[in-house]
Amino acid sequence: MKHVYGWLLLTPAAILLVGFTHYPAAATLVDSFFSTGTAIRPSRFIGFGNYALLAEDPIFWKVLGNNLWFALGTIPTSIALAILMAVWVNDRLPARALVRMAYFTPTVLPMIAVANIWLFFYTPQIGLVDQFRALFGAPSHNWLGDPGTVLACLMVMVIWKEAGFFMIFYLAALQSLPPELEEAAKIEGASRWHFFRRVMFPLLMPTTLFVLVNATINSFKLVDHLFILTKGGPDNASSLLLYYIYQVAFSFFDTAYASTLTVVLLALLAGLALVQFHLVEKRVHYR
Amino acid sequence: MRSLFALLLAGLLAAAAPARADTELTFYYPIAVGGPLTKVIDGLARDFEKEHPGIKVHPIYAGNYDDARIKALAALKAGQPAQISVLYSIDLYELLEQDVIVPWDDVATTADDKAWLKAFYPSLMMNGTYKGKVYGIPFQRSTIVLFWNKDAFKEVGLDPEKPPATWNEMTQMATKLVKRDAAGNVVRWGVMVPSTGYTYWMFQAFARQNGHDLMNPEGNRTIFADPDVIAALQYWRDLGAKYRVMPEGTIEWGTLRQAFTEGKTAMMWHTTGNLTAVKDTAKFPFGVAMLPASKQRGSPTGGGNFYMFKKTTREERKAALAFVKWMTTPERAAAWSIATGYVATRPDAYETPKLKDYARDFPQAVVARDQLKYATAELSTFQTGRVRKLLDDAIQAALTGQKTPAAALQAAQAEADRLLKPYR
Repeated sequence: MKHVYGWLLLTPAAILLVGFTHYPAAATLVDSFFSTGTAIRPSRFIGFGNYALLAEDPIFWKVLGNNLWFALGTIPTSIALAILMAVWVNDRLPARALVRMAYFTPTVLPMIAVANIWLFFYTPQIGLVDQFRALFGAPSHNWLGDPGTVLACLMVMVIWKEAGFFMIFYLAALQSLPPELEEAAKIEGASRWHFFRRVMFPLLMPTTLFVLVNATINSFKLVDHLFILTKGGPDNASSLLLYYIYQVAFSFFDTAYASTLTVVLLALLAGLALVQFHLVEKRVHYR
Repeated sequence: MRSLFALLLAGLLAAAAPARADTELTFYYPIAVGGPLTKVIDGLARDFEKEHPGIKVHPIYAGNYDDARIKALAALKAGQPAQISVLYSIDLYELLEQDVIVPWDDVATTADDKAWLKAFYPSLMMNGTYKGKVYGIPFQRSTIVLFWNKDAFKEVGLDPEKPPATWNEMTQMATKLVKRDAAGNVVRWGVMVPSTGYTYWMFQAFARQNGHDLMNPEGNRTIFADPDVIAALQYWRDLGAKYRVMPEGTIEWGTLRQAFTEGKTAMMWHTTGNLTAVKDTAKFPFGVAMLPASKQRGSPTGGGNFYMFKKTTREERKAALAFVKWMTTPERAAAWSIATGYVATRPDAYETPKLKDYARDFPQAVVARDQLKYATAELSTFQTGRVRKLLDDAIQAALTGQKTPAAALQAAQAEADRLLKPYR
């Protein structure tokens, strides 16, 4: 009888999870083994045909590479900035609430709005970046139109947007650290840097793991800005995996190939999460 | 008194019970330009209902062109279909392949209806016709035009009333119009052509001017690697790389209008859909001209057509015909053109007093019409999304100097051949 009661309690959440997470994932996997059907040519089983196509698709490798660079470029920097900001606004300083709020504001803004603002920052000649550079006599640069700079420009924007969000987690973690530790360190004559490296940072490890997982997922799942800023261009220089999936699914209507790409993305994220949880967790907790 | 009350009651009852069932028309439509256009469309639908008792029209705003197509197709699959929709003119082959649309010729059978099908500009019908049958009725359609800053022309000693008519003239004028500061940095460019978002569309204009369309009318063959087409891309690249009258790299579609109204470029190529916005924000006198010619003038058309879906009853098709005919009368085409900046879709719309008056005060409004006789269909093939992206990527690779125009276009052509082979 107790079992029934337990299952009943579980049902609402289970229905939602199965209906919106597990079933679609399984269906995506199944779809990736079929060709895309049209009214004239119905869908049929093609085994690993879509995967063979994927291995030969230069755009897929390009966007995958872009995505790895994008993750590498944004995650460490935004985490480092988040810690720095958190440590700073955790201290007693004038107008502390205001400073905290200022750091957090980018997080509150919708990505589409942020992208529209940054689009004008990066616009050659009339944009903020170029107007600032013009003060020093530097020539205008076509930031988003140059394959060499476009991805870096997107990274800067995303770091600006994400760092404040991660700061909140670090701030919460810092406030739960016992103040005795700092006092003890002071009595022992430890420098601030030594205290941070040996005490504070290790104690923040669980938060870092959490933030790391989130940041990794975000770097693969945040593509809103591409719609506004570059549409993946020039020549796919700024396209990311999820944006490419969107193009394949809704602009090319190749749902089967989009499913295949989605399976790859899911596998990638699942793999990363496993590595993070199992390997990193062993050294996360301060002993 | 009592009899009056009975009469009223009887009247109310009669009003409450209609004699026959209404025909209901649902249609999705996209909006791709600014302004409160949903209100305009809703108003038009109400007016139509007043004149046609027995037909109810439910217009549903569906976002941009891609969203509208996705929503209309999803509604169809879900069994809540729309009877007609305004969708991207270049979605034709996609809709044909899904086998969801029927030609208007099937319902337009009377002499009057057939005359109606012939009333539009022929160049606007190209994207809507397949194997001699009309699937798309032009509704909101645009072309590319050249905007120029008359003050900038005056400043460098050019005739402010004379825009460039050929590529050579454009290059020469643009070279004069480039302005540099003391340090040698450019503060005003000669000309800008956007190359994000609708890259293929802009390129079609260059290719057409150099003598070529980019695809065949059957939509199963592309012509990207022709020497004239390669030369057209070379010229576009040269504007930035050789003549230095345009910034190198790609130019953002969305911010170009500001660059022009802020005086950072003396000329720009852009859609007529921007006309009203430029008119409202430019602080200098500006002109609108047809695009310059190389071997000939040319511009692709763009925009949305009315399609009729297959899953419709005979009554619904009749009602749909009545509605679309009503929406495209010369008077309404004229009013829609004034409200949006889109081209009025038929010649007789430009003869209406309303549009004649408007054009007298604002002659820039009729340039797009004059250009229609040189216009060509927008790039549209089977597998259109993929083919378009191939071309976009090739153009951007050439403009950013990663590939030569010839190498980029030949690779795109080879890939397009592979995609389109099954359709030949």
